[in-house]
Amino acid sequence: MSSSQTTGTQASAENVAVAAEGKYGQGGVPPSGAMERFLSYDVEAFEVPGGREENWRFTPMKRLRGLHDGTAAFDGTAVIDVAAGDGSADGVTVESVGRDDERIGKGGIPADRVAAQAWSAFREATVVTLDGTPEPVTITLNGPGTGATAVAHLQIRTTPHAEATVVVEGRGSGALADNIEFVVADGSKLTVVVTEEWADDAVHVSGQHIALGRDATIVATSVAFGGDLVRVSPTVNYTAPGGSAELFGLGFADAGQHLEQRLLVDHSTPNCSSNVLYKNALQGEEGVTDAHTVWIGDVLIRAAAEQTETFEFNRNLVLTAHARADSVPNLEIETGEIAGAGHASATGRFDDEQLFYLQSRGIPEDVARRLVVRGFFGEILARIPVAELRERLEAAVEAELAVTGV
Amino acid sequence: MSTLEIKDLHASVTTDAGAKEILRGVDLTVRAGETHAIMGPNGSGKSTLAYAIAGHPKYEITGGEVLLDGENVLEMTVDERARAGLFLAMQYPVEVPGVSMANFLRSAATAVRGEAPKLRTWVKEVKGAMDDLEIDQAFAERSVNEGFSGGEKKRHEVLQLSLLKPKVAILDETDSGLDVDALRVVSEGVNRYKAAGDVGVLLITHYTRILKHITPDFVHVFAGGKVVESGGAELADELETNGYVKFTGAAAAAS
Repeated sequence: MSSSQTTGTQASAENVAVAAEGKYGQGGVPPSGAMERFLSYDVEAFEVPGGREENWRFTPMKRLRGLHDGTAAFDGTAVIDVAAGDGSADGVTVESVGRDDERIGKGGIPADRVAAQAWSAFREATVVTLDGTPEPVTITLNGPGTGATAVAHLQIRTTPHAEATVVVEGRGSGALADNIEFVVADGSKLTVVVTEEWADDAVHVSGQHIALGRDATIVATSVAFGGDLVRVSPTVNYTAPGGSAELFGLGFADAGQHLEQRLLVDHSTPNCSSNVLYKNALQGEEGVTDAHTVWIGDVLIRAAAEQTETFEFNRNLVLTAHARADSVPNLEIETGEIAGAGHASATGRFDDEQLFYLQSRGIPEDVARRLVVRGFFGEILARIPVAELRERLEAAVEAELAVTGV
Repeated sequence: MSTLEIKDLHASVTTDAGAKEILRGVDLTVRAGETHAIMGPNGSGKSTLAYAIAGHPKYEITGGEVLLDGENVLEMTVDERARAGLFLAMQYPVEVPGVSMANFLRSAATAVRGEAPKLRTWVKEVKGAMDDLEIDQAFAERSVNEGFSGGEKKRHEVLQLSLLKPKVAILDETDSGLDVDALRVVSEGVNRYKAAGDVGVLLITHYTRILKHITPDFVHVFAGGKVVESGGAELADELETNGYVKFTGAAAAAS
């Protein structure tokens, strides 16, 4: 019997091990929480999700372009460009490797059928290795083009004690399923910004797998603006004590857009920390499918993870009618020996009263709206490490506000 | 010399049961240098008058006019009214999460003055105004009104009044919910604003206690959606003694 068939009362670390046989889906026992998540590299190990499963219930399955059910043709190619890829940049090595490369998979294991699909279908992976203290590296993830579907695999890894910054920019059209691994070596620090700047038609379903070595740090910021449907599932695994993960997110959903963020921070070793802060703004439009954001924040503190310190917070700002924000923070704790653990979620509306108040002090409506949104996103944008990128994203927020002309 | 003229103002609010008329022909003129107190029982429409003049979207103007120095206020947007020189200190100031008080004050001053105030003098100006109202400087970095006590909110309303220097200020129950010390601080703030410029004050209140600190030139009794009696400061004393019964009866008979 595979671990996927265990019930929620039998939570243990073993249950996270790869289960190559057995399927988890409509027919299986639904997990009570993330403790017993089913993991596999093999797409066939997962049943085709119908949309009612816990981890798919918010996702509009019809808009997935068949990435989840085997009907996608994967007839396109998602080109990965690395700006420092000419080999001239100090401390940056870019390789294209086969599936059998021993480094592939060190970041983590797919936890849903689309990620496993991408894993089963990719032929070549791009591996970017960062050594020492290189200049910031920009990686562009190009969509396969309108109407096409593709898979991709990217691994970003550091060497021990390296300190590096990477920007991954998602651009273009089409449907893309991918896995991005972040393998952060002992004592190193990786700062990463992943942007979803897709064209309006694009679908992006991405599994992010973060593996932190001893005393390793990742500061990851997720920025979601574009695309028809974007679903990003980052998982943090601590492979040794002393790891630290800071995960920030900024999303701006317009009418008809579905932006989904599913985080799992899996504290399995002692003396590690995590801090999660995700903020989304939404603006819908009458007569169009609701602007929709979904934030799932699972944090596990397993029995062995003593002295864990963790906090997670999701805030959503609903700017107009015809918008919907779902937020599900979840903290499961198996040990009392922790340094601190907390979670919070708040969804608020930018309402007529706030607008009236600001306007009654002479502030024009458009300025008032910008004030509120800028203030809301300020603490995330302030953490974006590269100045030009930060300015570009600030401008993108302003442009989003101009979309509805409010 | 600014003048706010309210002429035969009618306003209604939309309820589930349809439109309900609240203001039923308000006539009132506030000239620079004058302090007017509007007193009336709960539900008489005093606050509606304040919000209707400021342009709150909840209220629909169904008749009459409001002129500021001859300009038709009712044709202006909410922010245009403020830039024209009107200010409403609200009974329930709104919380605006994520926007710092400092940023808010500067944005408002920039809009009302038509240009961004020079940073160096601005910082000093804000600090001085906060000190006057016994507001801790730490409030500048907090989100607008978020988590403020009732008294702190009222002090910040008067802080905005002192920085924006409107031609006519409408104070809607600025005294409600204040303890004795806060009432004194807030009243002194209003008196400083009044003394510093040739401005008009329209003070809306349910109680007479704030009138011990701010002396009105005119007192108006508001009932049934309009002014039913006007007089000098002595009218407030009469209300203190006899209450509103006489006027609510008269308003009911008239409507």
